[in-house]
Amino acid sequence: MSPNEATAEPTEALVAGQRPSAGRHTLALFLSELRLVFGRARTQVGLGVLAAVPLLIGIAVRIAGSDSGAEGFIGQIAGNGLFLIVASLGLSLPFFLPTAVTVISGESLAGEASLGTLRNLLTAPAGRSRLLAAKMVALAIFCLAATMTIWISGLIVGFILFPVGDVLLLSGSTVSLGEGLLRALGIAVVISLSLLGLAGIGLFVSSLTSTPLAAMAATFGTFIVLGILTAIPQLHAIHPWLLIYRWQSFADLLRDPPYWHEIGRNLLLQGGYLVVFYAAAWARITSRDIT
Amino acid sequence: MTSAPVVTHGLTKRFHGGQVAVDAVDLEVPAGSVFGFLGPNGSGKTTTIRMLLGLIAPTSGEVELLGEPMPKAHLRVLPRVGALVEGPAFYPFWTGQANLLRFDAADRTADPKTRKARAGEALERVGLSNAAGKKVRAYSLGMRQRLAIAVALMQRRELLVLDEPTNGLDPQGTREVRHLIQELASDGTTVFTSTHLLAEVEQVCTHAAVMSRGKLLRQSTVEDLRAELRPRLVVRTPDAGTAAETLQGLGVTDLKTSGETVEGDPGELPIEKFAAALVAADVRIHGFGLERPSLEDAFVALTGEGFDVAE
Repeated sequence: MSPNEATAEPTEALVAGQRPSAGRHTLALFLSELRLVFGRARTQVGLGVLAAVPLLIGIAVRIAGSDSGAEGFIGQIAGNGLFLIVASLGLSLPFFLPTAVTVISGESLAGEASLGTLRNLLTAPAGRSRLLAAKMVALAIFCLAATMTIWISGLIVGFILFPVGDVLLLSGSTVSLGEGLLRALGIAVVISLSLLGLAGIGLFVSSLTSTPLAAMAATFGTFIVLGILTAIPQLHAIHPWLLIYRWQSFADLLRDPPYWHEIGRNLLLQGGYLVVFYAAAWARITSRDIT
Repeated sequence: MTSAPVVTHGLTKRFHGGQVAVDAVDLEVPAGSVFGFLGPNGSGKTTTIRMLLGLIAPTSGEVELLGEPMPKAHLRVLPRVGALVEGPAFYPFWTGQANLLRFDAADRTADPKTRKARAGEALERVGLSNAAGKKVRAYSLGMRQRLAIAVALMQRRELLVLDEPTNGLDPQGTREVRHLIQELASDGTTVFTSTHLLAEVEQVCTHAAVMSRGKLLRQSTVEDLRAELRPRLVVRTPDAGTAAETLQGLGVTDLKTSGETVEGDPGELPIEKFAAALVAADVRIHGFGLERPSLEDAFVALTGEGFDVAE
């Protein structure tokens, strides 16, 4: 379009549009997006697998008994079922949760492109920016749903298989069961926020291709590379900038009082990744030829 | 509304490889017309339609839909345009109805309260009511094509842009879709439909444009397109030789004889003179008349090529 086109005013054609309700139903696309993500068998199976994590850990600990010598959160499960929630979340963070986020985010735009449904959405018209926003919101809600699935499953299994009671914190003090549950809930939320950087990367990669599997593979590959870089001590100079470097900071919620510094820096880093990759995805989707 | 629903100026698309898919196309689709966008596969029809709808950006040139610039005004314009681009595309794991609801939800001007009812009507109109609850995975190509048309019919539209709407339909389905197009047109909807089937244009279109190798060769009313070709005199007779000689004597040019048929360009003489002369020459006449050229002839005359895939 030439610049002077920009001066073209909405003519009487708009008035003739006879849709008084124009612009009123922005949320419908977001709801439809949630239906798309959570209605799929793939998503439900993925959440089912996550729900099974506390069950597997719980059964293993129950069989091994309390003298298994396990350390960390797992070692405390036999004494207090609440730690099954924390242990399950912690153990899912390095692999299960990123895998789930990779699959869903890789699918998001590339899946629509490969089905051809992206054409229908854009001619509807969904608006490219709004569609991207709907995709990202659905991804964020999926991240929360994934960690909450573990939280709920951990709660149920932990309360059935183990005794529960006051919670001994990392700093040695004890809080009530209620506060312990609340802190475990905080951990689930912090972990789901920790996944947003990866979700942003996945959304961007997904905007580049029409092959969902390629998007998933590339996103997961990126995640693995970040993991390797984080594990190389000689690279400590760049470590603070790596996506997963402060993922483990969620445990600071189990101190008294909670130690917010690392958590804050982690969330800031996640936000940074999210902004950068969301902007890149936006630049891509708003200029891409949709075929 | 006075302006034409679809106008393009110098619309051009050059792909990254340097191939020019659409070359300086100036379209003007009159309001209320059923406009046949005609051309062989690969002639640039779908690329043009994608640019009309803002799916791909033109390399140069401009598009106006319903009087507003595209893609700038797409959020205002596209709710008033029903579109079917390049074959039906759906979520195979959802039912036909669920698919309709999703695409309607993507349009923020669409009323959620009437969504289900409108989906039901659209499905009814394309004859898919019985398959509404079936997953699209189980649909035949023809059913998907109908569902794609149903998407375009979810709302009252001022303009329908349909890319090969009868593709994959059986003869009955094809007839129904053509009937539907005519019905919509009679309600005042402008229909822009691409096709590689000349018969389709002859049957349903008031206007036509002919594309070949990315260039727009002609656009006019279907009547004018055909009228450009001179009618041909056709005589069916067992005495082909004598007939040909007689006609040649009367100044008929471009004579062709094949089996029992003799045909040629009659020139300016009134047709009854030929009949009289043939009878006088004792030619037994089984058939006699002027044949209007078909659109296919018009197409061949325009492009100098058959209706095969353009390279």
